[in-house]
Amino acid sequence: MATTFAKAAESVEHAARLENVSKSFAAPGGQQLVLDDISLDVAPGEFVTLLGASGCGKSTLLNLVAGLDRPSAGSITTDGRPALMFQEHALFPWLTAGKNIELALKLRGVAKPERRGRAEELLELVRLGGAYGKRVHELSGGMRQRVAMARALAQESNLLLMDEPFAALDAITRDVLHDELTRIWQETGVSVLFVTHNVREAVRLAQRVVLLSSRPGRVARQWTVDIPQPRRIEDAPVAELSLEITEVLRGEIRRHGQH
Amino acid sequence: MASTETKTAQGAELAGVEAGLDALEATESDRTPFRQTFVHKILPPITAVVVVLVLWQALITFKVVDDPTKLPSPADVGGEFKDAWLQGTLLGFIWTSVSRGLLGFLFALAIGTPLGLLVARVKFVRAAIGPILSGLQSLPSVAWVPPAVIWLGLDNSMMYAVILLGAVPSIANGLVSGIDQVPPLFLRAGRTMGATGVRGAWHIVLPAALPGYLAGLKQGWAFSWRSLMAAEIIASSPDLGIGLGALLENGRNASSMSMVFQAIILILFVGIAIDLLIFSPLERWVLRSRGLFVKS
Repeated sequence: MATTFAKAAESVEHAARLENVSKSFAAPGGQQLVLDDISLDVAPGEFVTLLGASGCGKSTLLNLVAGLDRPSAGSITTDGRPALMFQEHALFPWLTAGKNIELALKLRGVAKPERRGRAEELLELVRLGGAYGKRVHELSGGMRQRVAMARALAQESNLLLMDEPFAALDAITRDVLHDELTRIWQETGVSVLFVTHNVREAVRLAQRVVLLSSRPGRVARQWTVDIPQPRRIEDAPVAELSLEITEVLRGEIRRHGQH
Repeated sequence: MASTETKTAQGAELAGVEAGLDALEATESDRTPFRQTFVHKILPPITAVVVVLVLWQALITFKVVDDPTKLPSPADVGGEFKDAWLQGTLLGFIWTSVSRGLLGFLFALAIGTPLGLLVARVKFVRAAIGPILSGLQSLPSVAWVPPAVIWLGLDNSMMYAVILLGAVPSIANGLVSGIDQVPPLFLRAGRTMGATGVRGAWHIVLPAALPGYLAGLKQGWAFSWRSLMAAEIIASSPDLGIGLGALLENGRNASSMSMVFQAIILILFVGIAIDLLIFSPLERWVLRSRGLFVKS
């Protein structure tokens, strides 16, 4: 009934393992079940997207994995403390881009002399080499999300949780960030659990797409995506699989209108 | 080989697109040139002061008010300033009040800050004294002068007590509302980064609450200054020295309207000057660095 952050030294064959996880919240007229008996493994270095319509509890699930909330039943084990990226950039406006990253390093216990160099490396990784001294409000939406990505990577976690991180961006920027995320995932070997309600985005990015049903959230179906990277969101195989998943998703949604 | 080359080419292409987007979307925030600041910020208040002086002089010149015990001429009031300056007492009046006001404000800061933290973070304390603390802000601090005189007698400690009772609620309330308005997203982001407990308070909560806290300090200073003037006007004693409030009261006792005017102008001027020199720049700096400063 708890989220356990395993020690780094323990040998782990999963970046995250969810076993029979349920979550309910107090609601008027009793308990409301939000997540029902979810079991899911994320392998080290794997890219998994969680896909679902409104009310499937995707964000609740990520909060549980991040350790921000406790499951009502079942257990969650992760390889160390996961890093979490939000739909809003969540950068601290009283710090510069570089200092935001350094704060993550500091809280992880990185010694002061190493922080600056490491922060600059991470900014290079997200191709924002010159942005160290920039204030958050001086950056565009896409740049902010890249700094947020660099800050999440600064935690050197083996698991990166992403809660619809590109949903608030314009289509052109989102497309570019898809390419960036794929590149960074391949370069760093981090495992990613990525939540979205955008079917094409899920297929464009993931090795595995997990579809959640709504109210309560259950694993409805899974697809392995073996289209080689680099992919584009316009690619025919991406569109084809998206269509198939959309059909199933619509079927799931339709069930809710029938009673 | 071929695939590596394509990959590099694609990488370069992506980097180029990204650099283009960044350049298109990033906003440069630059400082306004001095000429513009002068025209929009400095010139209007100077004009207003000049207009008031001209109207004032007109009232005297055209004998609309023909009684120097009711309305002295600008030249008479200027003469008071000149005399006080030549006798070397002008800076003394100002310093007596300003040093009292600032020292009292520092005491209020030292008490209001921990008090605010306590009210914001401890539910029991908030429920117990939160409403009283907000209520105290609307109690005119002049009401504290009679009890302070009875408790502490006519000396400086009574002045400080009145300042504290006026300023502490503002400072504490400012901090409380600053902390209440910290976006929950920052707290969640901090927690996933490992900033919990004291580290969370230091790295996330306090810096996020700073704008609200500064607004409280600004108001706290205004309240300190008002309370002090009330105390100085009501409680005068040779031991207390002559501050601006006592100067005003002396003017009234001597039926010298130009001295009364001099004191009022000084009280107003010093209150504004401290705000303009200390609190406004501090607030502007914090807001500008966060992109919250709206150019008007």
